[in-house]
Amino acid sequence: MASTTAMPPPLRARASNRFLRVVVNHLATAAAIGSTILVMAPLIAIFAYLLFKGASSLNFAFFTQVPKPVGELGGGMANSILGSGILLAIASLMGVPIGIAGGIYIAEFGRNKRLANMIRFTADVLNGVPSIVMGIAIYTLIVVPQKHFSAFAGGVALGIMMIPTITRTTEEMLLMVPLNVREAALGLGVPNWRSVLSITLRTASPGVITGCMLAFARVAGETAPLLFTALGNQFWSTNVNQPIAALPLQIFVYALSPYDDWHRLAWAGALVLIVLIVVSVALVRYVAGRGVLKGAS
Amino acid sequence: MPRVAGQADVQQADNTSSSGAEPSPSPVRTYLLNCGSSSLADRAFSALMLVCALSIFAIVLLILVELISGSKLTIQKFGMSFFFGSAWDPVNGNFGALPFIYGTVVSSILALIIAVPLAVGVAIFLTEMCPDWLRGFLAFFTELLAAIPSVVYGLWAIFVLIPLLRQYLNPFLIKTLGWSGIFAGPNYGIGMMAAGVILSIMILPIISSLTREVMSAVPHAQREAVLALGATRWEMIRMGVLRNARIGIVGAIILGLGRALGETMAVTMVIGNRPEIARSLLAPGYSMASVIANEFSEASDELYLSALIEIGLALFIVTIIVNALARVLVWAVTRGAPVRGT
Repeated sequence: MASTTAMPPPLRARASNRFLRVVVNHLATAAAIGSTILVMAPLIAIFAYLLFKGASSLNFAFFTQVPKPVGELGGGMANSILGSGILLAIASLMGVPIGIAGGIYIAEFGRNKRLANMIRFTADVLNGVPSIVMGIAIYTLIVVPQKHFSAFAGGVALGIMMIPTITRTTEEMLLMVPLNVREAALGLGVPNWRSVLSITLRTASPGVITGCMLAFARVAGETAPLLFTALGNQFWSTNVNQPIAALPLQIFVYALSPYDDWHRLAWAGALVLIVLIVVSVALVRYVAGRGVLKGAS
Repeated sequence: MPRVAGQADVQQADNTSSSGAEPSPSPVRTYLLNCGSSSLADRAFSALMLVCALSIFAIVLLILVELISGSKLTIQKFGMSFFFGSAWDPVNGNFGALPFIYGTVVSSILALIIAVPLAVGVAIFLTEMCPDWLRGFLAFFTELLAAIPSVVYGLWAIFVLIPLLRQYLNPFLIKTLGWSGIFAGPNYGIGMMAAGVILSIMILPIISSLTREVMSAVPHAQREAVLALGATRWEMIRMGVLRNARIGIVGAIILGLGRALGETMAVTMVIGNRPEIARSLLAPGYSMASVIANEFSEASDELYLSALIEIGLALFIVTIIVNALARVLVWAVTRGAPVRGT
């Protein structure tokens, strides 16, 4: 304090100003830490509650039985798990090859071309289109001409949603492969298409696969595009031309029902879905964290 | 002269091979690509890849064409008045989308008001303050939050969030701010407020991770320069980082808005599904996406279906515009920034 009083007035003013600035600095730090805690709280709450409710309602019957009619206790979601599997298989068959091919085009053939930039931009924008809109488009495109809901329509809706995500991640991963790897292949006389498929794509494959897993995980939890394409089903069905059950759809129906036993099943289903997704996201992070390409810059 | 040109060539070739993602291929490579027996196969391959890449345009066009042809009936019958009418009467064939537009806009804005300060706070903490060991963990957690399916958020909201709102937050709001009319009326729990809160939780990770990306694209020299002038850490963040990153942060916020506008399942489960425009935020409402989700499969006549598809068309166009805007803004900041492995 003694030194402060000895200072000329302007410096003294700056010193007290300095005190204010330090206080503001601490307040801002506290606000940032506080908001982080506030954001983490609901996540931890969601996970804790989900684990608690889900684990306590999960049992063997959940994986082996089909839903019971209203009023009967018990039952499971075996048909929904199978249905989700079929839907995701159709979606992956459609989305993965087209998505990867699109990424190859942008990264390998379209570098610095206006068209490639436009495709990249459109893919990003398409990523943000609400999934329910995809549902409507597939409804008018497939369900209306066929005159019935079907697993096929649901799978196509999910597949279309996978394409932009996979295209973008494939492109990013391929761009990380150094050019001299490609030139080495070309120098050995390998045709370009062969070099792209078995040199570049193969070098980037861990990253490409994780990108596909990410798209898969995202699509696995989608409900909205299935509402009027796959529709849902209370019984066993493996027919691609018939309505099929799906895990997220079943959770939605059960969550809005007035029955406690169905609520219990909804929690169990949510836990299974979350475990599936968390495992794939963790896998993605693990692979990406280890460096997608060993030795590549 | 020729010698210099040759040197430049060598240098260029050297550049392309050493620094990974150098865009222009060397002349040697271009020559090799265009000769030999494989050039036909190569052309066919690149054409095939091009077709797959173009499928992304095709999808956008396809959605647009399907939605427009599906909503022809209501477009012809109501024209623009469809978006300003507030009647929703499927029995008499009278449709107006205003209550849904109102619900979507209000719940999204509410979500942004809650989420933006928190998301920016988290991003600041993660980029500027967080110790390294915690950063990876927290980033993983926020990513996880983004990966939880919408329907699970809805489930949690029904059984945990809504009882909490009904018991604690809503009575408090009614008591303190009830006079304004914005927080008034019967306390159902479900309603616009619940939709806003669950939406804010859902868009938070997106906004915060993009903000983080934009903030880490600000060069370190900026931070060091501000610190060297004697700034405190907060002043450094405010002047050196936030000011440089503001365009990108706005982009991140708009991207979050796009997500909120199109969010379907969680909102459908908590908003109350009543097509009316109420002054109170605690009253039940309806949103564009949730009216489609609820009524599409039971829409019996063609006019009804067409009205729902037209709502979908409006949603599609609005989210396309919002997302395009957001991408342009984010790119404006992160373009040129080095690729960072997190």
